[in-house]
Amino acid sequence: MTLLEARDLHVQFASRGRRARAVDGVNLTVGEGEIVALVGESGCGKTTLARTLLGLERPASGTVLYGGAPLAYSTRALKAYRREVQLVPQDPTGSLNPRHTVYEAVAEGPRIHGLRDERERVASALSRAGLRPPERFFPVYPHELSGGQRQRVVIAGALALDPRVLVADEPVASLDASVRGEILSLLLRLRAELGLSALVVTHDLGLAWNIADRVAVMYLGRIVESGPVEQVLSAPSHPYTQALLSVLPDSPAPIVLGGEPPDPTRIPGGCRFHPRCHVLASGKAAEAGVDGLCRSQPLEILPSSTELRAACHYARARQPQL
Amino acid sequence: MAVTYRSAAGDVPAVRGVSLEVAEGEALGLAGESGSGKSTLAMALLRLLPKSARVTGEILLDGEDVLRMNWGRLRAVRWASASVVFQGAQHALNPVRRVGEQIAEPLLVHGMATQAEARTRVAGLLEQVGLPAWRARSYPHELSGGQRQRVMIAMALACSPRLIIADEPTTALDVMIQAQVLTLVRSLIADRGIGLIMISHDLSVLAATCDRLAVMYAGRVVEAGPAREVFTGARHPYGRALAEAFPTVGDPSSRMAPRGLGGDPPDPMRLPGGCSFHPRCPAALPSCAWRQVELWPADGVAGDPAGHAAGSTQARHTAACVHVLPEPERSEPERTGPGTPEPGMPEAGMPEAGMPEAEEAGPEAAGGQEVPNAPSAANASGAPDAADIPDDPGAPDARPAKESA
Ligand SMILES: Nc1ncnc2c1ncn2[C@@H]1O[C@H](COP(=O)(O)OP(=O)(O)OP(=O)(O)O)[C@@H](O)[C@H]1O
Ligand SMILES: Nc1ncnc2c1ncn2[C@@H]1O[C@H](COP(=O)(O)OP(=O)(O)O)[C@@H](O)[C@H]1O
Ligand code: SF4
Ligand code: SF4
Ligand SMILES: [Mg+2]
Ligand SMILES: [Mg+2]
Repeated sequence: MTLLEARDLHVQFASRGRRARAVDGVNLTVGEGEIVALVGESGCGKTTLARTLLGLERPASGTVLYGGAPLAYSTRALKAYRREVQLVPQDPTGSLNPRHTVYEAVAEGPRIHGLRDERERVASALSRAGLRPPERFFPVYPHELSGGQRQRVVIAGALALDPRVLVADEPVASLDASVRGEILSLLLRLRAELGLSALVVTHDLGLAWNIADRVAVMYLGRIVESGPVEQVLSAPSHPYTQALLSVLPDSPAPIVLGGEPPDPTRIPGGCRFHPRCHVLASGKAAEAGVDGLCRSQPLEILPSSTELRAACHYARARQPQL
Repeated sequence: MAVTYRSAAGDVPAVRGVSLEVAEGEALGLAGESGSGKSTLAMALLRLLPKSARVTGEILLDGEDVLRMNWGRLRAVRWASASVVFQGAQHALNPVRRVGEQIAEPLLVHGMATQAEARTRVAGLLEQVGLPAWRARSYPHELSGGQRQRVMIAMALACSPRLIIADEPTTALDVMIQAQVLTLVRSLIADRGIGLIMISHDLSVLAATCDRLAVMYAGRVVEAGPAREVFTGARHPYGRALAEAFPTVGDPSSRMAPRGLGGDPPDPMRLPGGCSFHPRCPAALPSCAWRQVELWPADGVAGDPAGHAAGSTQARHTAACVHVLPEPERSEPERTGPGTPEPGMPEAGMPEAGMPEAEEAGPEAAGGQEVPNAPSAANASGAPDAADIPDDPGAPDARPAKESA
């Protein structure tokens, strides 16, 4: 069942006198107990989309739905909403107040929401986040913790409100390789034990492979490919997904995309990926007779679907069901 | 080489006896988790550590000991022979100066070029790192993270160094930009015969870029050898944990099964006795709690360990774990006390494990106070020249370009 949904979402910013279309038409769902990974290179709009789903940005158009109902933006409604849908921020060190103990950090949410049994709540959240025995961590300050433990404190802070969805922005990017697996296992365990759903924002495809059910690949404000992780990551259809996978360290034939990083104030016409597309540049699109379309015919916004989808003329010429 | 920081709380042995070498045109990868001593080691190579750091051992650059250089010589070496791309260096660019001026600065400061020559050289350097020459006029905020990192590499290349030390050059970057920077770095080593020491906690990145790898844990090298061999066939349990941390996308065994290492990194002021990895080690034997093994050949090739020790330190795959020892050594740990030849490589200035103290005042006996750390043993045993770093006005500043004239 769909819990959280983005419907035809557009988010824009003013940037040096121009309009940055940071999220430029996105349909996306996160089902109950489902882990969805949102991947894409830096600046493609992942964080903006995540913040909009959390009600932290107002969409220019389109709707965020939770439990089938459109998000209301009154202070009160948002406060209630944030108990259900919790953010796990990008950098645990930056998001913890160095002068607050672990107890104070985790108790902050329950206090804002005026929840009772604060001590039990904090203890239970810490132990669910793998900090046991929780009492031992109550008086500890962030600088006395390792990076992995800090990330667990941040996750405990989210869990203290008994949310149903976690939105985690690069939950392991600032952590060491050795603790990465531990934090990812924790997310899987929370899903198994509490039925938590999660939207995990990352540029790390290995993370998606490790924990996600579905993956959505974002490029310049749009989702260009989405579907079950096994399908998208084992046999990518969209040239952009292919390029992302090809630059993983072990890959035999890297397709390193050159050029300037994509700029949301200047989204190219036709297929938005066409200036950097290797399928078009290599002439394969021309062989398939779609090169004209690539340059002039924009692709429609992908519908939210749990099936494999790709917004690419070339891929569709070969697999029309995409 | 060993580095100890003196702090109010006590000595912090950050690097505890490490021997490494890099040849021309060769890339050495240095892996290990946060706090394992990688950056300390990198900074020590050019004496860029704060005054509170005490460095012992030898650091030979083309045969000349960096620790004995006078200040003038050191400054010359810092640009002409070796340069560093620092961790988080993209943020180290001066925000109010054009990147071209910043790249040209060392050339002008060292009188290696006139204004006009410097301009031409900057254009060439930018081109080498894949940026158009007009980018010289950009300010740092106008560049993306990857572009700023390229500018840092251009700065490091400005005086044509023979060695580049790159500390986490791609860690904060996304995969595509990381790929751009790594491709660049690889081609520079190949085309210009530069030696590279690259530091990262991501073994897969190092394996794809470097010829050889060394894995550090708690200030020591616990595994070293040819990059592919260490990455795909790690023999030290910590090396293995690092190698498995990033899954191969498409590999069914890692699907929905992230692998990690439990426990927390050790506090360098309270290192566990014996093998410092033992509290987290899935393969620990009871003897690991008090017995520390030196690096030992782990490539399965029979050979004379003494001969190995005398030769190159990393030509072969080695690991510091009881499980790579030949059977008799593994099962009879009592024989490894002083007086008996210690297996592995007796590195210069490298302490033995300090076994007797470990046995007498083991973790239990000492009650919280852990076994004495290796570097103190090193100094006691007369590690050559425990010379403190001389005052060094430019040193603690992590910005190569800020060196005052
Ligand atoms: N100035 C200092 N004074 C005291 N201790 C220090 C100092 N600098 C570093 N240390 C300690 O030395 C150890 C090694 O630090 P170092 O920064 O070299 O590790 P690292 O492997 O580079 O970690 P990271 O990847 O987080 O940068 C750490 O325990 C650190 O806390
Ligand atoms: N508050 C803002 N004002 C102007 N531009 C913004 C703002 N927030 C994000 N952007 C721009 O929107 C695009 C997407 O940003 P972001 O969502 O942060 O991407 P990601 O998380 O994938 O790095 C970027 O080009 C960014 O510069
Ligand atoms: S539509 Fe054309 S340009 Fe766009 S990704 Fe597909 S092949 Fe490339
Ligand atoms: S020596 Fe023992 S504790 Fe250390 S890595 Fe080997 S098995 Fe593990
Ligand atoms: Mg982001
Ligand atoms: Mg470091």
